[in-house]
Amino acid sequence: MDSRPNPDELLARVQAEEAKSHRGKLKIFFGAAPGVGKTYAMLEAARREKAAGVDVVVGYVEPHGRQETEALLEGLEVIPSRQIEYHGMTLREVDVDAIVKRHPKLVLVDELAHTNAEGSCYAKRWQDVEELRDAGIDVYTTLNVQHIESLNDIVAKITGVTVRETIPDHVFESADDLEMADLTAEELLERLAAGKVYVPGQAERALQNFFQKSNLVALRELSLRFAAQRLHQDVELARRERAGKETWATAERLLVCVGPSPTTPRVIRTARRMAAALNADWIATTVEPTAGASVNPHVREAIAQHLRLAERLGAQTTTLTGDDVADTVLDYARSRNVTKIIIGKTNDSRWKHLLLGTVVDKLLESSGEIDIYVIHGKPERLPHLAPATHGRQPASWRPYALSAATVLVCAFVAAVFSYWRLSEANLVMVFLTGVAWVGFRYGRGPAILASVASVLTFDFCFVPPNLTFAVSDTQYLLTFVVMLAIGLIVATLTSRLKEQAAHARLREHRTSALYELSRQLSSLSGSEFLVIAAGRQIEAIFEVEAAIYLSHPPGPPELRYGQHTSIPGQPINAIVAQWVAEHDQMAGAATDTLPNATALFFPLVASQQTLGALGVKSDEPSRLLAPDQRRLLEACTSQLALALERDQMAVAAHEAQVRAETEHLRSSLLSGVSHDLRTPLAVITGASSSLLENSDASEITRRELLTTVVDESRRLSRLLDNLLEMSKLESGAAAPNMQWHVLEELVGAALSRTRHDLANFHVQVDLPAGLPLVRADGILLEQVFINLLENAARYCPSGSQISLTASVSGSWLLTRIRDNGPGFAPGTEERIFDKFFRGTGLPDGRRGSGLGLAICRAVVQLHGGTITAANRPGCGAEFTIQLPLDKNPPPVAVG
Amino acid sequence: MLEGPLILIIEDEQPIRRFLRAALTAEGYRLSEAESGQQGLRLASQQPPDLVILDLGLPDQDGQEVLKSLREWLTAPIIILSARDQETQKVQALDSGADDYVTKPFGIAELLARMRTALRHSTGGPETSPEFSVGDITVDLAARLVTVRQELVHLTPLEYKLLATLIKHAGKVLTHRFLLHEVWGPGHADETHSLRVFMASLRRKLEADSARPRYLLTEPGVGYRLQA
Repeated sequence: MDSRPNPDELLARVQAEEAKSHRGKLKIFFGAAPGVGKTYAMLEAARREKAAGVDVVVGYVEPHGRQETEALLEGLEVIPSRQIEYHGMTLREVDVDAIVKRHPKLVLVDELAHTNAEGSCYAKRWQDVEELRDAGIDVYTTLNVQHIESLNDIVAKITGVTVRETIPDHVFESADDLEMADLTAEELLERLAAGKVYVPGQAERALQNFFQKSNLVALRELSLRFAAQRLHQDVELARRERAGKETWATAERLLVCVGPSPTTPRVIRTARRMAAALNADWIATTVEPTAGASVNPHVREAIAQHLRLAERLGAQTTTLTGDDVADTVLDYARSRNVTKIIIGKTNDSRWKHLLLGTVVDKLLESSGEIDIYVIHGKPERLPHLAPATHGRQPASWRPYALSAATVLVCAFVAAVFSYWRLSEANLVMVFLTGVAWVGFRYGRGPAILASVASVLTFDFCFVPPNLTFAVSDTQYLLTFVVMLAIGLIVATLTSRLKEQAAHARLREHRTSALYELSRQLSSLSGSEFLVIAAGRQIEAIFEVEAAIYLSHPPGPPELRYGQHTSIPGQPINAIVAQWVAEHDQMAGAATDTLPNATALFFPLVASQQTLGALGVKSDEPSRLLAPDQRRLLEACTSQLALALERDQMAVAAHEAQVRAETEHLRSSLLSGVSHDLRTPLAVITGASSSLLENSDASEITRRELLTTVVDESRRLSRLLDNLLEMSKLESGAAAPNMQWHVLEELVGAALSRTRHDLANFHVQVDLPAGLPLVRADGILLEQVFINLLENAARYCPSGSQISLTASVSGSWLLTRIRDNGPGFAPGTEERIFDKFFRGTGLPDGRRGSGLGLAICRAVVQLHGGTITAANRPGCGAEFTIQLPLDKNPPPVAVG
Repeated sequence: MLEGPLILIIEDEQPIRRFLRAALTAEGYRLSEAESGQQGLRLASQQPPDLVILDLGLPDQDGQEVLKSLREWLTAPIIILSARDQETQKVQALDSGADDYVTKPFGIAELLARMRTALRHSTGGPETSPEFSVGDITVDLAARLVTVRQELVHLTPLEYKLLATLIKHAGKVLTHRFLLHEVWGPGHADETHSLRVFMASLRRKLEADSARPRYLLTEPGVGYRLQA
């Protein structure tokens, strides 16, 4: 056997320790019955802590009017309890928020198993305590043995009183410390008689029901044994922590079979106790027939209740599908390395036992190496298993009437056959066909009716003596039996076929809906679309109203889907959604947490965070808590959460990319122009400093130097303008200011801006009158003309011809700028529009920034147009700008 | 005039103040300088200036706010200094009472010309002369006759109204909004394209080369100015 520590176990231990170090510690003062002195012991312990300097407050103590207890309370800080008005009574509950706000080191909360008043956040006080521990506050509390869920049935058996207030075993087990408050039965009864337990008046009734010596002795034994078991676990754990290699326990795994029977809860509790004693994992499983749709809703609900009980007791639950219960269970048990199977004794009638055998027999027969424990149970109804509210659907009479009609038709056909003197075997076939059809069409009940009716009709009409039920030949009796048997078998088979088909359709519908959900979610982006797609799919799959809340820290979650439903109408729902998103736990209707909500809420847990909550509202919310439904819902929520997270990450990644690109652009622009920035600065500095120092320079020299300074300053300024323009265009930061413009005006403004550069050129402008208005950002388009004109002036020798013409071609406005200069190197027609591409053969002083044409192209493209360059035949360059014309320019106001 | 007009410069950049001081004192103007909006407002109230040069980018206060505060009581012309790519700011400043603007970097000649125009408008009062002429364009405001190169030109009523408005504020930049309001009346503020179309036809009738206007100038992104 492998004696090394199992890695999973090690991990679980590390995680448990980690969780423990953040959480507050829980100490339970445990007793067998009320009055044994738990509260007293707790208060004494608290006083000791306080004396040792620990910050102790009292969250809630029920003094029951006991003087000793009240005396001990003195000197301890008490957080006032919450007062809740309920049916005219004032109930007091622990004020969790106030305690968390006060944040002491240790808080005392009496009576762990208490059920909170309606309207509280949690249904149970132990949930309040969990929250306090989550907040990092240590808790002292008290508990009686009868309140432990897995002992519930034993206590009921001992005392005859079923205790409704229970706590899940895991809460008890998560306690860091346990202190037994013990008193013998005689002493307790003496105290009771002395009025030290309950205030007189209550004592009489309590005494009769509960405080009988035999009860008390049994309870005392139970509590001592339970505490001892718990302590034994501590010892075991401590030994493991010392990591003695050979002390690793063998891995036991238990499996308990869950059915609808009222004895099942006891079986589950027994399994739980065994698992605890063996320190083993345990699994609760149920087997659904493959024709699942035919399962009675009561049975389904009972099984769901039982599975939930098992889950509360710490089992892992699973639902298997198969027609042979024993085989299915055994297959699963082997696949999970189960060592012991626990099953309840079946209460089927004796003849069924003999005929078919029981699941238990079958299990025992083929279990092989797995131990089988058969538990006999007292029937027990779970406290909140609601009595059937939806009775069996009143059987509709229609299928039966139609089934009778079918038999009549068959009789008629048979009469025709009989007239043709066909043998009676053929007539029987006609009736059987009818039965098969009814079975397929209307299900089992009508088919059985059809079988019986067929036999009777056959007897009445076709078996001599005709028109009586009497039978002349006893041979016919055999015919009847065979006919009835075949009819019933056909009816069963066909109806089962139908049910299976319906079930398959249901599953297929669900699978395809899930597939559809994941397909939609993976193809969409944007949280607003994701929530709509998911909300609709979930509503369709589960036939519920759905609402999706997404968290926006620090504010409350925001409703993103479900405005049309009744869910947001109830203010409590938004609060529950927030709670669920913050605590990562399911809550709301039909659960123990915040049950006053009208919807059931699931957290949207993604891989790194909880993104919000999904609320679903159904007329019978407990239906959604059935394990298979719940798992499907959880699958949907986790798909949605992951899709939302993926979307958030994509957005973040995109932003990061844009930032990186902007950064890259900025640095490339800077490195591209640093030379061009330095040259004019060097010239300006040089020229102006020589002016300062050579006061006796000639007037001509002075003017020349000053002209240089001014020219270079202009160049620098233009370069900066281009740089800013380029980075604005590339970052897409500035939206273009589109207005209707007259081309002539834009060209005119550009010519006016470039008049110094163009002073030595022959510029010819030919713009026909009546050109349509063009929709553009005037400043940007003007810049295009400026850059093109400057370019021409830069590359052409003085005195060259520059022409600017415009024309309309279809729905485009063409503007051409031509020169008769040297043109550009062949093959560079496209590259000249690249950033930092510069023409060759120019002295430094006339070089451009290498951005002018890049800006032109960016601007023209922003306007939905194109710009191209070509060498003219002969010599010179030609730039063509093509801008789209709007078909509907606005009317001009003439007055 | 013994003493030149008093100019208040509100500008936080010391080098710009220095070169303005050198250039303006040489032209005979008296100066008072402020390096923040608050100081500018204080100086203006202590000794009301004849003209204010206001930079829009101030460290302590938005230049637009300073402009509004000044305009609450000051009638002297205000010239704005602004950067090239701030057309909306220029328009906003002009609409809230600035008289003109100069775009940085600017030549001193340009600034001096703008200052002269502004001072003339504020001291000369409204133009009362019945005849206006610039270059080869002559407008007889009383008879509503326009002649270009001694030839009578026919203008539509709206064209004439536009020209008359420009003449009334000759030399000063007029925003699109202002012109639309003056010529078309209220409710036409968004019809800049109509203004552009009429301006183009006015140029074709009055300018020798309408693509290179000499008198009816475009202030890109802001409005128009009649070169006086």
